[in-house]
Amino acid sequence: MTKRPPLRKSLFTIISLVLVLFVLIFVYAPILWLVLSSISTRADLLAVPLHWIPAHPTLDNYLAILVPGRALSEVSRTFKICLRNSLLVALSTTTICLLVGSLAAYALARLYLPFKNTVLTSIMSVRMIPEMSLVIPMFIVTAFLSLINKPEILVVTYLSFALPYAVWMLTTFFERVPIELDNAAQIDGCSRLGTLFRVVLPVAVPGVISTALFIFLSAWDEFFFALIFTSTVASKTVPVAIAEFTGRYAVDITGMMTAGVVAALPPVIMSLVFQRYIVSGLSAGAVKG
Amino acid sequence: MFLPCDKKSSRLTLHQQEVREGIWLLMPSLLIIFIVTFLPVLFNLVLSFTDTPISNPIPQHFIGVENYLHFLRSADFWQAIWRTLYFTVVSVGVELLLGLGIANLIHAHPPLWSFLRTSLIIPWAVPTIVNGAMWRWIYNADYGALNGLLFTLGIISKYQSWLTRSFLAMNLVIVADIWHSVPFIALILQAALATIPVELEEAAMVDGTTSWGRFWLIRIPLLKSAILVALVVRTVEAFRVFDIIYVITGGGPAFGTVTISFLTYLESFSYGHLGSGAALSFLISIFTLLISLIYIRLLYRPGVNS
Repeated sequence: MTKRPPLRKSLFTIISLVLVLFVLIFVYAPILWLVLSSISTRADLLAVPLHWIPAHPTLDNYLAILVPGRALSEVSRTFKICLRNSLLVALSTTTICLLVGSLAAYALARLYLPFKNTVLTSIMSVRMIPEMSLVIPMFIVTAFLSLINKPEILVVTYLSFALPYAVWMLTTFFERVPIELDNAAQIDGCSRLGTLFRVVLPVAVPGVISTALFIFLSAWDEFFFALIFTSTVASKTVPVAIAEFTGRYAVDITGMMTAGVVAALPPVIMSLVFQRYIVSGLSAGAVKG
Repeated sequence: MFLPCDKKSSRLTLHQQEVREGIWLLMPSLLIIFIVTFLPVLFNLVLSFTDTPISNPIPQHFIGVENYLHFLRSADFWQAIWRTLYFTVVSVGVELLLGLGIANLIHAHPPLWSFLRTSLIIPWAVPTIVNGAMWRWIYNADYGALNGLLFTLGIISKYQSWLTRSFLAMNLVIVADIWHSVPFIALILQAALATIPVELEEAAMVDGTTSWGRFWLIRIPLLKSAILVALVVRTVEAFRVFDIIYVITGGGPAFGTVTISFLTYLESFSYGHLGSGAALSFLISIFTLLISLIYIRLLYRPGVNS
């Protein structure tokens, strides 16, 4: 690397180390407080002045929301159902977007289409439509069809942001697959769909993983549609449940923090495991709230 | 690729065949996008000219541009716009500065840089609602960590209720948003920095450029497109801010943190005025459209398909 005078170099190292530690504290302090709150007893948590380290660390809060019959409040009793709803909605959205989106992306990346740029531009602009202007008409139609409080309706509404995103991302990733591979496959007698599923998709796997991750995370994260379209226990998703810990009921702060940790674990673990796909996805123009 | 003698005719049919196949492949996506975005936007526009109530959500009375005039004349609307602009400019501005700083810090490869880069993914991955709930608890007036910390350090002599003053509450929401979004900008910019050839900066160093000069003359110009992407994506997002406000302040105190999206939510689903809610949301779309026009112009990739 570059040669600096020794004194200046060590000074530089010290200053940057201090900055690094400062950023690390900024990142981890709130999380530490979240986790500490989730393993505290209620009494410990409500002490003034507060105890930084809980005097009686406990996993009871986790048992309360995850094991039947241990719940302290209505919301924590039903949290498991919301977890299942969130998982189903996020997985269905991801699957549909990858299947349908990869067909469109293949056409946009590979075929000679006179209207290709129009399609790409419209897909780009659709991603900019605020969900506020979709939710009211969707609410009216959903109410008319009696589909309110069905988790399936969330999948439909999530397609409004996830599918344009999937088409855009997959097109970017498919364009990077060398076209010679397609030509070779077609000379060997592969059909269009065969080329897509046997050649292009396998080669573009990192991009597909990255797209799938971003869609799953944004569906897991989504709050606004879920707030409007689901209010019953059987249909709520995790973000709505967490917001309700402080809502209509008495504030169950340990429950809320514990549910928060549980809700944050899947996306955090997935993002850490697939770290390099996340960074490449971000660079390809990702949008997640 | 094919026999040269009937090149013209075979290419024409091949193209026609390709176009036909392309339409079939595009059809499912375009159909879904048409149903879940285009139709609702049209319906929303129609709704905005009616006084449809939530109790009987079938548009019946057309009242022209009454909804729009009502908001353009109402102080609540303009206050919500100003709050939204304040939120957007301050949060995105601070996020860009911090993100740029952290990206450059990581790029200098100080001790722990790799751990720092990995750690940044965590706040970004934490769901927005969890982020909001966490900060709400930190700001809690009676038992929160902010009070605890400042009290322990002797900065405050008694616990404060942080979220009862509008301006302060808005800035505290911005802090929570910064925690969540700085990693996004830092990671994008860091990835872009990593693509700058080392030779470029070494050459500048040989020429005697200071590190400050290298930053402004080499890094910033080469980062320009990454900065623009991050900036516009975040601007559009921040302009629509809803979730985090819903959880941390619920729009309070006394409507002091009601942004334009929150006002639309209140108007449509608390007061039940779907018609005027639709008008508000259409106004948001227009603002967002202005931002996204810039986005498309900056990101449009001419020549990539030729």
